[in-house]
Amino acid sequence: MDTGPKSARRAPEALNQASAARRRFINSIAAAAGGGCLLALGAGLYSRSASALPAQALRPPGALPESDFLAACVRCGLCVRDCPYDTLRLSDLGDPVPTGTPYFRARQIPCEMCEDIPCVKACPTGALDRGLTDINQARMGLAALVDHESCLNFLGLRCDVCYRVCPVIDKAITLEPQHNPRSDRHAMLLPTVHSDACTGCGKCEKSCVLPEAAIKVFPRQLAQGALPAHYRKGWEEKARHGGSLIGDQVELPVRGFDGSTAGRAPTEALAPAAPPAPTAAAPSSTPSSTPSSSAVPPKAPSPAPAPPRGGLRGGLDSHWKP
Amino acid sequence: MARTAIPSTSPAPARSLWQRQRWLILRRLSQALILLAFLSGPWFGVWIAKGNLSSSLTLGVLPLTDPLLVLQTLATGHLPYSSALLGAAIVLAFYLLIGGRVFCSWVCPVNVVTDAAAWTRRRLGIKTGRVPDANTRLWLLAGLLAAAALTGSLAWEWVNPVSLLHRGLIFGMGGGLFVIAGIFIYDVFVASRGWCGHLCPMGAFYGLLGRKALLRVAAPNRKACDDCMDCFTVCPEPQVIRPALKAVGQSHPLILAADCTTCGRCIDVCDKQVFKMTHRFDQRSE
Repeated sequence: MDTGPKSARRAPEALNQASAARRRFINSIAAAAGGGCLLALGAGLYSRSASALPAQALRPPGALPESDFLAACVRCGLCVRDCPYDTLRLSDLGDPVPTGTPYFRARQIPCEMCEDIPCVKACPTGALDRGLTDINQARMGLAALVDHESCLNFLGLRCDVCYRVCPVIDKAITLEPQHNPRSDRHAMLLPTVHSDACTGCGKCEKSCVLPEAAIKVFPRQLAQGALPAHYRKGWEEKARHGGSLIGDQVELPVRGFDGSTAGRAPTEALAPAAPPAPTAAAPSSTPSSTPSSSAVPPKAPSPAPAPPRGGLRGGLDSHWKP
Repeated sequence: MARTAIPSTSPAPARSLWQRQRWLILRRLSQALILLAFLSGPWFGVWIAKGNLSSSLTLGVLPLTDPLLVLQTLATGHLPYSSALLGAAIVLAFYLLIGGRVFCSWVCPVNVVTDAAAWTRRRLGIKTGRVPDANTRLWLLAGLLAAAALTGSLAWEWVNPVSLLHRGLIFGMGGGLFVIAGIFIYDVFVASRGWCGHLCPMGAFYGLLGRKALLRVAAPNRKACDDCMDCFTVCPEPQVIRPALKAVGQSHPLILAADCTTCGRCIDVCDKQVFKMTHRFDQRSE
């Protein structure tokens, strides 16, 4: 600012005008900056609050982890266009899925797991990773048999539909036989999902015969827990190293669990495949009431407990014979 | 949507409807045809363009991607595949060469909404309101790039009315309609040309692109101007006209301001035929 004697005389007027103009200019800039930043901040905050994927919305195969996906997906809908089964759709503002991004709901139209994966090929940005070339390696979600009370197989029926339709049958879903404690004489074949093979295509949920599916597919982080990274499973370490890593342990007798696996894995307990001598000696009599059963306690000091008398997994024994 | 010309004070030589609405009709045709290229597939099974304005594939060979969107993606730290980068480069080259805000008036679907709002505002004779500073859009542009970098996601795409409307028209629409209705109401009752002329960061981005672009409106016949103000009334960015029409700060009759959307509305409404569409090296003045 010039404060020399010549300009000082006419300064007040000009200075006032200049400062008024300057003030107006600064005000307008501040308003524009404030407004613009507020709007952008609002959009940013809204995007943060809405960035969690709802429980039943699944991403297309090959989708990056959700936070990376939201950085990469430009919401163009090319994957939607190239899906031959109209599985995918784009969300709209107000939907629980981030605006414009592709998703599908398994119960409506599941993924048919095309071998050539056209949706991934169509993606121009890499939000769907072209590194996925084998659709069986897709991890769109994870099925979980959430309702044990209404699943027909849990009721002892042979529905098996989710198991039969599974594109990765016998790997992603297996039927695990279990004793049926209600009838006490039948098996339940329980559909069991395995996370290492389930692609999350949703065909099981789609085809569940119940009015509300008992098996549902969720985004993986919702359906899956995780062990702490430092956990080691003793039995796996033992198998890997061909023996216990901490030397032989004192084996104490386990009382009160005769006939059960008593804390050991069933395979371990089943290993001595020799038939139980007392019952074999008296096949016509019921084991529990024969005097030979009272001969079991004296044998207890042997380290391995008596093999289970009935039932694959031990526990309840109906003693039922055909 | 037909718009009647604002009655001029001077007796006008009879001009046909085509002469009075030529550029408007051409623009609406352009906007409709671009939309139709995307809709012919789902509607009639004839696939011309797939996707939407954010990213598309035309006839299975030509990738086109919104360069601002790619810029935001880069700001988040994600490097898109080459097809998206190539698409963005093509779009970028086109608008750099032809004209930045040509996108706004010839392609963008929101333009139809805000033009309708401006027409409604004129019809209702609404003069009041509170208009934000025209630089707000530049701050918003900077803000959305910052938001992309900070949140690590394309934050602006959650609410961007331009992609919201275009995607909605092609893939179906629900909640997005409220945003579009909001813009219409805002433009009619609160701020004249508020969205496109003051807030839209996409418009700001394309404005920056088009600083040296070729396609320009000029006022070569400015001697004939009778100050009827029709062009100022109808122009979405009225401040761009004065330097060319009144030779303020420049001698040539070209409208070179980056804000000009090259919509040609001034050419349509001028009964004296002062304006014409030309290129930036055409400095002749009649």
